[in-house]
Amino acid sequence: MSAVSPAGSPLAANRQGERIASFEGRYRREQNVRRLWTLGYGALFVLALLASVAVSDFSIPGLVQGLPKAWNYIAGTLPKLSRATLGADLADWFWGLRYWLRLLFETILMGFIGTVLGGVLALALCFAASRNLVTNSAIYFMARRTLEFLRTVPELVFALIFVFAFGLGPFAGVLAIAIHTAGSLGKLFAEVNENVDERPLEGVRAAGGNWPMVMRLGVVPQALPNYASYLLLRLEINVRGASALGIVGAGGIGQELYVAIRQFEYTDISAIMLLLIATTSVIDITCETIRHRLIGHDLTGAD
Amino acid sequence: MAIAHHADIARLKRTHPEIFTRPLGERLRNWALWLGFALAVGFSLWWIDASPMRVINGLSKLGMLVGLMVPPNPGDGFWDFSYAMLETLAMAFLGTIIAAVVAVPLGFLGAKNIVPNWVFHFTIRRFFDAFRGIDGLVWALIFVSAVGLGPFAGVLAIAVGDMMVLGKLFAEAIENVDKKPVDGVRASGGGGLHVVRLGVLPQVFPVMTSHVLYFFESNVRSATILGIVGAGGIGLQLSDRIRINNWQQAAFIILMILVTVAVIDAISRRIRAKLI
Repeated sequence: MSAVSPAGSPLAANRQGERIASFEGRYRREQNVRRLWTLGYGALFVLALLASVAVSDFSIPGLVQGLPKAWNYIAGTLPKLSRATLGADLADWFWGLRYWLRLLFETILMGFIGTVLGGVLALALCFAASRNLVTNSAIYFMARRTLEFLRTVPELVFALIFVFAFGLGPFAGVLAIAIHTAGSLGKLFAEVNENVDERPLEGVRAAGGNWPMVMRLGVVPQALPNYASYLLLRLEINVRGASALGIVGAGGIGQELYVAIRQFEYTDISAIMLLLIATTSVIDITCETIRHRLIGHDLTGAD
Repeated sequence: MAIAHHADIARLKRTHPEIFTRPLGERLRNWALWLGFALAVGFSLWWIDASPMRVINGLSKLGMLVGLMVPPNPGDGFWDFSYAMLETLAMAFLGTIIAAVVAVPLGFLGAKNIVPNWVFHFTIRRFFDAFRGIDGLVWALIFVSAVGLGPFAGVLAIAVGDMMVLGKLFAEAIENVDKKPVDGVRASGGGGLHVVRLGVLPQVFPVMTSHVLYFFESNVRSATILGIVGAGGIGLQLSDRIRINNWQQAAFIILMILVTVAVIDAISRRIRAKLI
C-alpha cells in the first residue's frame, strides 16, 4: 500500500477505474445525445400527426361512427344467398356477367397495350438516361427530367386531359397508361443499363461499333431479362390501374363500377369487385411465375 | 489464308450445325411467340380504335390545350390550392400511419416463423393478396359513398388499401430475420413476447420503417388524385378546373403536384438512407 507500486496495485486499479468512469461518462453523454435526437424526431412526428388530424377532419368519434358505417356498407353489398335457391341467387347476383366480362377483357387489353407502348417509349429513352452510356451531360439531364415528368404526373391526370383531347373511351386511357409507364419503366431500364458489365461494350467499340451498335449488341443482350421482368411487373400494375380509369370515362370496367356505386346498385358493386379481384389475382400469379423463370428473384423499386 | 479460314468455317457448319443455327423447334416456337404477340398488339389497337386520324386530331387538340395552359397561373386560387395540397399531404400521412399500425399485428400473424400453421399462413397470405387487386381510387369511391365527401374518406381509402399490402411486406421482413438473436433470447429464458420484442423487432424495425416511408411517398402521389371522386385534397380542385376549362389554373396545380412530390421524395430518400 505504498505510493511506489507496480502494476496490479491499487494505483493501477485506480487508473483503470478512472478509465472505466470516463468511458461510462462518454457512453452516457452519447446516450443522452441519442435520446435527444429520438425525442426531437418523436416530437416532430407527433406534431405532423396532430396537424394532419386537424387538416383532414379526422376525429376519433368520426372514426367510431364511420367504421361501422363503412362496414355496413361493404356488408350491404353482399347479396342474400340461400342454399335452396343458390343457383338462381348466383345468377341474379352476376346478372351482368357477360357484359362485365367484356369490360374486364377490355381492361386487360388496355393494361397490355398500354404496357407495350409505354415499354417501347421507355426503351427509346432509357439509354440516354443512363450515366454510363452517354457522355453528353445535357442529353442525360434532359432524358432524366423527361422521365421524371412522365412518371410524376398521376396517370389519372393524364387520363382526364386525354379524355378531353382524344374523346371518351379506352384510347385515352391507353395513352395515359403508356405515358406513365414510359416514365417509370424508363427509369428502371436506365438503372438496369447502369449496372451492365462494361467489357462487352468495350468489345463492340473495339470492333468498330458506333453508339447504336454498342447499345444493341453490348447493352441489350445483358439487360433483356431484367427489362422483360420489369415489363411484366408493370403489366400487373397497369391492369389494376386500368380498372380505375373508367371513373373519368377512359374505358374499362371502372365506368361500370362507378355507375353501380353512384346508383347504389349494391350487389353489382360486390359482384364487379369480386370479378376484379379474381382477374388481377390470376394476372399477378401468371406474371410472377414468368418473372421467376426469367430472373429467379424478386425485383423491387417499381412504383 | 483467308480462303482456308472460310473453308474451315464451312466445314464446321457442316459437321456442327447446331452451333450456327438454333434447332428448328426452338426457332418455330420463337416465331410463333412473336406472331402471337404481334396479333395481340394489333387486336388491342383495333379494339381501342387507334386510327392514325384519331391520333392526329387528338394531338392537335392536345397542342391547343397545352397552348391554353401557358403560362400556368393560379389566379386568385393560390391559397385554396395550398390548403388543398396540405389536405392531400395530411391524408397521405394519416392513411399511411393507420395502415402501418394495423399492418404490424397482421405482419406477425402472417409470418411463417411466428405462426407456423400452414393452413392459416396460406389463408392469410391469399387474403393479403386479394386486397391488392383493388385500386386506391376504387376504395375512395366506396368510402365516399359510405362516410360522405371529404378528406376523411380519403384517409380511410388509403389506410384500407395499404394495410394488407404492408402486412404482407412486414410478414416477409419478419420471416427473413436472423435466427441467432431469437435463439439467444430463448436460451436466456425469454417467452414468446420477449422473443418478439428483443429478438425480432430490433431486426425488422428499420426494414418496416423504410417500407412505410416508401408507401408514404407513393401515397402522396395517389392522394393527389383521390379528390377526383370527392375524397378531399388537391385532386378535387384539379378536376374542377379541368371541368370548367380553366387550363391555366389546372397547369398551375399540376406544377404544384410535381414540386410537392419531388420535395417529399427527396426528404423521404434521405431518411431512408439514414435508416439502412
